[in-house]
Amino acid sequence: TVPVNGSEEGKIKAPKPMKTGTTIAGVVYKDGVVLGADTRATSEEVVADKMCAKIHYIAPNIYCCGAGTAADTEKTTDMLSSNLTIFSMNSGRNPRVVMAVNILQDMLFRYRGMIGAHLILGGVDCTGSHLYTVGPYGSMDKVPYLAMGSGKLPAMGILEDRFKGNMDLEEAKALVSDAIHAGIMSDLASGNNIDLCVITKEGVDYIRPHRESIYNYKRQAKYKYKPGTTPVLNKTVNQLELVHETVQMMETAGSS
Amino acid sequence: GSLMMISARAFGDNAQMKEHHYTGPVEHKFSPYAFNGGTVLAVAGEDFALVASDTRLSEGYGIHSRDSPKCYKLTDTTVIGCSGFHGDCLTLTKIIEARLKMYKHSNNKNMTSGAIAAMLSTILYGKRFFPYYVYNIIGGLDEEGRGAVYSFDPVGSYQRDTYKAGGSASAMLQPLLDNQIGFKNMENVEQVPLTLEKAVQLVKDVFISAAERDVYTGDALKICIITKEGVREEIMPLRKD
Repeated sequence: TVPVNGSEEGKIKAPKPMKTGTTIAGVVYKDGVVLGADTRATSEEVVADKMCAKIHYIAPNIYCCGAGTAADTEKTTDMLSSNLTIFSMNSGRNPRVVMAVNILQDMLFRYRGMIGAHLILGGVDCTGSHLYTVGPYGSMDKVPYLAMGSGKLPAMGILEDRFKGNMDLEEAKALVSDAIHAGIMSDLASGNNIDLCVITKEGVDYIRPHRESIYNYKRQAKYKYKPGTTPVLNKTVNQLELVHETVQMMETAGSS
Repeated sequence: GSLMMISARAFGDNAQMKEHHYTGPVEHKFSPYAFNGGTVLAVAGEDFALVASDTRLSEGYGIHSRDSPKCYKLTDTTVIGCSGFHGDCLTLTKIIEARLKMYKHSNNKNMTSGAIAAMLSTILYGKRFFPYYVYNIIGGLDEEGRGAVYSFDPVGSYQRDTYKAGGSASAMLQPLLDNQIGFKNMENVEQVPLTLEKAVQLVKDVFISAAERDVYTGDALKICIITKEGVREEIMPLRKD
């Protein structure tokens, strides 16, 4: 092959972390918050995971959608969830969404943007329903509707057109679903199914998948290989020899 | 809080925002090339040849067109598949079509597949130091009516093959074709010669797989089937997401 850009020859590049290349969206409606996400994870131009879960559990009343570097969104949301669980146990209260946002901001700002997590946090607490976005440098925005990820522009187009305050549940679900669908069709790095998460003060409805991909083209032939297609050339059996046997007694938590 | 407008361009390669305060002069290099995606595949049989391509034209993470096939019919016995930079694909196919006409007018006959392949090699090498960013695969019938496939690199190196995949999903398709058509890495298997029906079914199946895992491949598949009757087309939908 021909080096089209000659200066790239000979340079060794560090392995690139896998990004989710995503469309995520959230909307505040009459009774709570609806979060949505696609399910495709890409590693450069290859689809690494067709059924990736991008809506992460933070607390019983708070969920978080993550775009950006896959490992960063996973670990950041896990750490946040652990912190809030400890808080709940200490104080006996359900965490508030604003607390989750502040913890995230502190952490991401401290790491100076090196953690590539673009998050949409949604939840319902004693003060109401809230939707926030937190950026990788620690920036924060509180808004009634939102989209993030590589497919955010097509998704925002749908949200800007049809969002209104105080929607009912079916309308809100349809809006988020259509916004994610726009991202899936227009953005190459988003695709496959749509997951939704509805959070109200009664509880959470995690719908995975809400809308399955309509593209399931079946292959016409069966690609199976009979035994013997990969021939066995050589076989060596090493019998494991019992040399020595000991029994050690241990104290366990259950015994007393 | 104030709303910060962040355009998609502000995010650099590592999902980090690009620096907006610069520390000195910044060099912006203009690249004359773009990568428009697309996958091309050609298979040669005993008395037929197939050239197949997807129809998606993309750039970056966006789609320009869902209906831009990459197979171009040159003569009644030859089809060429071109993927890579769409601008160069269009110009190259225009040049090839002009040269075919010139040959027809001077020699009073159509160019054979082998002749077109040899000519394409010299056209590509003519731009050795500012190449056409195109991965070409020619499929057709040779002078004896047998299927022929010629595959090229961007500067004109070529060889005759039985089957070849090129373009963005080529690394995914080629090993499967090596196994199913070339019977590689298999033993104790009956090596039946490839029929037209089996070849078409195989091409459809491999493109379904390519569309699953390659983001640049999808929308629709167009297969040009070349037999002594002429060139016939078949279109099948693929994933659009």
